Amino acid sequence: MADTVAKIKIACTVNGERRSVQAYPMARLLDVLREEMHLTGTKEGCGEGECGACAVLLDGAIVNSCLVPAIDAGGAEIRTIEGIAGGEQLHAVQAAFLECGGAQCGICTPGMVIAALALLDRYPHPGDAEIREGLAGNLCRCTGYQKIFASVVRACEARPAQPEKKR
Amino acid sequence: MKEKFLGHSVVRKEGREKVTGRARYVDDLAFPDASPEMIHGATVRSSVARGRILGIRYGDGIPWHEFTIVTAADIPGKNEITLIEHDQPCLAAGMIHHPEEPVVLLAHPDRYLLEQARQAVHIDVEPLPAIFTIEDSLSGREIIWGKDNVFKSYRVNKGDVDSAWARADVIVEGEYRTGAQEQLYIENQGMVALASPADGVTLWGSMQCPYYVHKALTLLFGLPAEKIRVIQAETGGGFGGKEEYPSMIAAHAALLAWKSGKRVKIVYDRAEDMAATTKRHPSRTRHRTGVTRDGKLVAMDIDFVIDGGAYATLSAVVLSRGTIHAAGPYSCPNVRIRAQTVATNAPPHGAFRGFGAPQSIFALERHLDQVARAVHLTPEEFRRRNFIRKGQTTATGQVIHEDVDLNALLDRALRESDYHAKLERFARENPGAAVKRGMGLACFCHGAGFTGSGEVTLASVVEMEATREGCVRILAASTEIGQGTNTIFSQIAADALGIGCDRIEIAQPDTGAVPNSGPTVASRTAMIVGKLVEEAALALKRTLLESGLLNDACTEEEFARACQSYIETRGPLRSRSQYEPPPGLHWDDATYSGDAYGAYAWAVYVAEVAVDTVTFEARVTDFVAVQEVGKAINPALAAGQIEGGVAQAIGMALYENVVWREGRMANGQMTNYIMPTAADVPPIRVFFEEQPYPFGPHGAKGIGELPMDGPAPAILNAIENATDICLREIPATPENIMEAMTEKVGAHG
Repeated sequence: MADTVAKIKIACTVNGERRSVQAYPMARLLDVLREEMHLTGTKEGCGEGECGACAVLLDGAIVNSCLVPAIDAGGAEIRTIEGIAGGEQLHAVQAAFLECGGAQCGICTPGMVIAALALLDRYPHPGDAEIREGLAGNLCRCTGYQKIFASVVRACEARPAQPEKKR
Repeated sequence: MKEKFLGHSVVRKEGREKVTGRARYVDDLAFPDASPEMIHGATVRSSVARGRILGIRYGDGIPWHEFTIVTAADIPGKNEITLIEHDQPCLAAGMIHHPEEPVVLLAHPDRYLLEQARQAVHIDVEPLPAIFTIEDSLSGREIIWGKDNVFKSYRVNKGDVDSAWARADVIVEGEYRTGAQEQLYIENQGMVALASPADGVTLWGSMQCPYYVHKALTLLFGLPAEKIRVIQAETGGGFGGKEEYPSMIAAHAALLAWKSGKRVKIVYDRAEDMAATTKRHPSRTRHRTGVTRDGKLVAMDIDFVIDGGAYATLSAVVLSRGTIHAAGPYSCPNVRIRAQTVATNAPPHGAFRGFGAPQSIFALERHLDQVARAVHLTPEEFRRRNFIRKGQTTATGQVIHEDVDLNALLDRALRESDYHAKLERFARENPGAAVKRGMGLACFCHGAGFTGSGEVTLASVVEMEATREGCVRILAASTEIGQGTNTIFSQIAADALGIGCDRIEIAQPDTGAVPNSGPTVASRTAMIVGKLVEEAALALKRTLLESGLLNDACTEEEFARACQSYIETRGPLRSRSQYEPPPGLHWDDATYSGDAYGAYAWAVYVAEVAVDTVTFEARVTDFVAVQEVGKAINPALAAGQIEGGVAQAIGMALYENVVWREGRMANGQMTNYIMPTAADVPPIRVFFEEQPYPFGPHGAKGIGELPMDGPAPAILNAIENATDICLREIPATPENIMEAMTEKVGAHG
């Protein structure tokens, strides 16, 4: 593999910054983010798109970065967990996870926060069924999801009808 | 002492790092020193369940000279992962006992090439007959461990079961089984090691018990204790799965680092983690129960067997907890429990939340529904007639001194779940409905802390030190794995010292810097180590009071000034506390009798289910968990423990099916090993009762494992209520439900 395929230049915007890296075209976006860009907030849980720990926003849509080839990231706008807070100011979703106990061991939390953002982008005031469906691609083994649901509800209350800042 | 923080839902201490992605787990660690470089390690395993190693071949096309290669011959000390017995090698040499046995280790800077190399190593094995079930192991047709395949057996005797049968009006028998379960922490296991003869061995990793790793590595390298240093990185869940196995990965990473002179990282991918690391012990429980016509227990005869896999690891202790919990929170004059853990050629089974108790409690609480039916009582009424009360004795002869009121817990659980009204409604609506609904309950208790004399043997220590700025650092080896250790320790110390939670720092668990406060297991951290934190904090404050630098009622500023003057004039301000058993606790290992635990948490859980008779899927539609826990130090964290445990137990009951093929997990991926998602869990409604336990911090008892015990039997009892099918084995997958329902229809023509 490594000796037959050459690395290519991949230019994209990550958390608002222009980035350019050399990567194999079929390298996983997850590895490019973690190893080339040192953005280790995005986690690997299963490597097969089941657990959602590696979720990021790619041109505004939630994706499992373990399933996205690096070449697909060329020219894209990517948002990872590192780009959600405004400096030291937590995003309302992050603040809600903190206040409601939505994070326990924390390993699913970056992906879960991304999933919650994607959910709130689609449904600014989601009902119970929409929350469950919206988070069903992200596995959490600690919380039994109850306090994650509460975190999403809290985040909506904190940001009444204020849409996600457009990317 | 004013309780400013205790009893309040203070936010998680390391929560900000977790919600921003800044928390550093083992795979995220970056080391400031560029030298030595970090390379990757991999493990080559046997794929044969049992056999003799004939040779190792390194295939063509790999630049082997670039690789660091380690076999058993490279181990400087003893080839053993030490735990209780001395049977498990770090790397197999000679004999293979399970199909994931590590044999060769490889390291290389390029992890893609490393994976190709791993696949190019061939281990030639002469296969020997292997055994994979409890029955095969007990039959003795192949002896694979010791003289009879039995790692450990216990016998509990209370009263005289044999002569009691004559006094029983009804005798009910039943056999119950539970399958293996994967802990499935979302962070896979991993370690980073640096090692050299000059500097010794340093490890960073994902783990629950730094001192277990420390002990194992000391023996493996034959080095003095101070030459081994183990540091816990942020850990993404454990559930018992990171109790003993981290010693194995640490050993492997350290051996590669020792030989290569490089920093070596081994982080498992999900497939390797599921294949090689421990799981919950599969179990088989046989009950024979004698009752009077009016529903009083006369005799309980229990035969409990768990499958330990290929090596002894923690099986004896898992068996112990399962045995002691096998007779439940009931008063019965005659109890006999025969318990064994046996060897099979599967990877060793290990610690998993509940530690044997969920298995034996599943059997008991399913069985008691059958017993209740046999004497024409409702499940709740039958249990009421047998609940243990203060002053009565458990199966091990422990007199209950707690003011336990199981009737009150049951009343509350029935009320909160609207049990009776729903039973009536479902009975009316179920006939003719495609989706049948039902209610089920389970009553149980879970002992906190190590069993018997375990805590005395551990003799855990906590230390504390103050800074000039008036901050106080807690030094303990107890790990934060998501359950909230950092936060509750801060709350306990802050209230004892009369300062803010934000003035408390938690030292990173590092065997080079913190004392051994014992392993983070057995629902012991809040109750046992939390009490040590409280005592160390009170001792530190006492030192300041006695020095005359501080008055009892002080402000945070006065406390800081007192710390500063103490340190400037007298030197370091430190304190230490060590475990002392509560008075009056007695345990006899020889007869397996006495006070098994200092305290129990008590619980009644009610499950509501819906069973689809077309798809044969069972769903939990509502769940009520009522428990008495002494004192909830942080109600939000405590509820989070219960909710998470209930969800994990719903998985155990309905979804999580380990498929075995010749000792290997055949479905070791998240794609086909199914755990509950956000779409699968019901509302989990948690209610706490509090009866302070005098020897826990502010009355707190342990709760971490409790919620794993009750849901599975409650759910299967509810399935029986809904459908009249009597399932005696978990998980109750749609296939199993279909089979049982089809049989039932067949039987009725």
